[in-house]
Amino acid sequence: MLPFILKRLGLALLVAFTVSFISFSLLFLSGDPAAALAGETASGEDIEAIRRVYGFDRPMLVQYGEWLFSAIRGDFGESYYFKLPVASLIAERLQVTMLLGVCGITFALLTAVPLGVAAAIRPNSLIDRVALFLSVAGQAMPSFWFGLILIVVFAIQLGLLPPSGAATWRHFIMPTIVLGYYAMPAIMRLTRAGMLDVLNSDFIRTARAKGAGEGRVLFKHALRNAIIPVVSLAAVQMGFMLGGSIVVESVFALHGAGFLAWESIARNDLPTVQALILVFSMFYIVFTFLADVLNAWLDPRMRSS
Amino acid sequence: MTDTLLSVKNLTLNIPTGSGTLHAVRGIDFDLKRGETLSIVGESGSGKSLTSLAVMGLLGKSIKRQADEMRFDNVDLQTANRRVMRDLRGNRIAMIFQEPMTSLNPAYTIGDQLTETLLLHRKVSKSVARARAIELLEKVGITAAESRLSQYPHQLSGGLRQRVMIALALMCEPDLLIADEPTTALDVTIQAQILRLLVDLTREMNMAMILITHDLGVVARVADKVAVMYAGELVETGPAAEVFATPSHPYTRGLLRCIPQPGKTERGAPLGTIPGIVPSLIGEVSGCVFRTRCPHARPECRADIPLRGDASHEFKCIHPDGALSEEGEAA
Ligand SMILES: Nc1ncnc2c1ncn2[C@@H]1O[C@H](COP(=O)(O)OP(=O)(O)OP(=O)(O)O)[C@@H](O)[C@H]1O
Ligand code: SF4
Ligand SMILES: [Mg+2]
Repeated sequence: MLPFILKRLGLALLVAFTVSFISFSLLFLSGDPAAALAGETASGEDIEAIRRVYGFDRPMLVQYGEWLFSAIRGDFGESYYFKLPVASLIAERLQVTMLLGVCGITFALLTAVPLGVAAAIRPNSLIDRVALFLSVAGQAMPSFWFGLILIVVFAIQLGLLPPSGAATWRHFIMPTIVLGYYAMPAIMRLTRAGMLDVLNSDFIRTARAKGAGEGRVLFKHALRNAIIPVVSLAAVQMGFMLGGSIVVESVFALHGAGFLAWESIARNDLPTVQALILVFSMFYIVFTFLADVLNAWLDPRMRSS
Repeated sequence: MTDTLLSVKNLTLNIPTGSGTLHAVRGIDFDLKRGETLSIVGESGSGKSLTSLAVMGLLGKSIKRQADEMRFDNVDLQTANRRVMRDLRGNRIAMIFQEPMTSLNPAYTIGDQLTETLLLHRKVSKSVARARAIELLEKVGITAAESRLSQYPHQLSGGLRQRVMIALALMCEPDLLIADEPTTALDVTIQAQILRLLVDLTREMNMAMILITHDLGVVARVADKVAVMYAGELVETGPAAEVFATPSHPYTRGLLRCIPQPGKTERGAPLGTIPGIVPSLIGEVSGCVFRTRCPHARPECRADIPLRGDASHEFKCIHPDGALSEEGEAA
C-alpha cells in the first residue's frame, strides 16, 4: 500500500504546486496591482512608489518564489483592507467554516446512508421513492434559494431560528441543513447502488447460510463493503465544503472563510483572495488524497497489494 | 422410520416471470437418513440449486414454495419461523456453494468468517472458536493454518477458498451438508481432491450429504442414493448401485453415455451427448418433459406418466422397462 500512497502523495503535491502558481498569478492577471492599490485618484508617481514599496517591479518568478516561501511558513502578507496579517485573519474565519463543514458532512452522512440502505433493501417501495424524490430535489435546488426559503419559513414566519449570524449553535442549524443537503443526493445514491449490488452477491448468501440474522447480514456483511466508495466520496465532498461554502456563508451571513472570500473579492483585497484560493485548494487536495488513502485502507484487496 | 433426517414430499417451486409462471421444480420427493449421501444429478438449469436453497429456506422472495412435507429431523421446515431456521442454518444444515471465488466476504479475514459461524450458534469464547477454525483448516488440508486466519479471501486460490468454505460449513458439525457443485468452478486436478476430502469428512463425522453435480462419474464413486433430475422433475431415484447397474429412465442412460467408462469406453472414442434442448417451463407443463429429446417417445408420452419400479428404485416412463429392450436392439 505504501507505493500507492507515495504515488498519490506525489500527485497531490504536483497539483498543489500548480494551484499555488495560478493563485499567485491572479495578482497580475487582474491588472496592475500597484495601480489597484493606489486607488483611482493617485498620480503616476504615487503608483511607481507603491510599486517599489511592494516589490512589484521585480521579475515575476522572483516574486512568486518569495511569496511561496513565505506562504509555506504561514505568512501570506497583509490584507489591503483589514491591515491585518492575512494568515491570522483566515485562521480566525476558518473556525466557523470548519465547524460548518463538519456539521454539514455529518448531517449529509446521517441522512443519506440510512436512506440509501433503506431504499436498497426495498427497491421501488415508498421509502425508495421518497429517497429518490429527496435526491432529485436536492440536486435541482440551488443552495442560495433553499437557504432563503428556510430563512423565510423558519426564521421570519415561524420565528423558530435566528436568520443569520454565528453566535450560538442554533445559528448553525439552517446552514448545516443547506450545506448537508447539497452533499446528500450523491452519497445517498452511491449507498443505494452499492447496497443493491452487494446484497445480490454470493457472500451475502453465504452469510445467510451461516445462520446470520438480517441485521447482521445487512450491516456487518453488506454495508461494510458498500460503504467503501461512500467514505471516499464523503471525504472529497468534505474538501469541497470547506472551500465551497461561499454561498451558504453569504446567505446566512456566517463570518467564515467563504464569506471572507466573497468580501475580499468585492474589495479587491488581492493578498487575501490569493491566500484563500490557495487554502481552499489545499483543503480540496488534502481531502482528495485522504479519500484515496481511506479507500485503499478500507478495501483489503488494495491494502495488501 | 426414526433415522430419517430429511424428508421432502411433493416439493414444487414456482417463479412468476414477465411472460408467465416458471414451473422450475415440480413435485419432487426425496429423503435422507443420517450419514447417508444422496446425489442429485442433472443438466444445468434442471433445478438442483433451487431445490437445495428450498431446503435451506434461502429462496428469493419472489419464488413460491409448496410441499406436502418438508421435515428436517423433528423440525417442520414449512412452518418453522425465521428464528428456528436461523438456528438450523450453519449449525445443523450447512451448505457449500458452486462459486468459491465469490462466496467469501472480501472485507473480512478468513479467521473472522470461520469463527463467526461458531460464535453465532455456540456460547464459546473467541479463542475456542479460533482453535476450532485452525483445527478445521488443517482437516481440510490447508497448510500453515494459523497464519491463514489473518489472510483475506483474495489472497487465496479458488481451490483454497473452496477448502475454506468446506471448513466453514463444518464449524458446527452439521447433521446435513449440502454441497452444490462444489468442484465445478475448479481445475480438474483439484476437483478430485476436494471431492475425496468431502467424502472422507462426511464419513468421519457421520454427516448426511446432498451432493449436487452434473458428473455421474463422481456419483458412482461416492453416493448411496441417486436422484436424477430433468427440467424440474425427478425422473429416476434409487440406490446408486442399482441405478448404475440398471439405469431405467432413458434420460439416465443418456447421461451415463456421456461419461467415459473404464473398460467399456474405448480410448479416444467420442462421448455421447443427448441431442436437443430442455423445453421451456413457463406456463402449463404436462406429460413427460423429456419427450422432446427422447428416442423412445410415443404419442402417449403427452399424458400423465406412471411411476414405475419399486419403492426404493423408481422411475417415470410409459415403457414398463424404460424402453431398455428397445435400446438393446439399437446398440
Ligand atoms: N431467481 C430466479 N428467477 C427466475 N428464474 C430462476 C431464478 N433462480 C433460478 N431460476 C431458473 O430456474 C431454473 C433452475 O435453476 P437452478 O439454479 O436450480 O439450476 P441448476 O440445476 O442448479 O443448474 P446449474 O447446474 O447450472 O447450477 C433455471 O432455469 C433458472 O433459470
Ligand atoms: S415417457 Fe416417453 S418420452 Fe418420457 S422417457 Fe419414457 S418414452 Fe421417453
Ligand atoms: Mg446450480
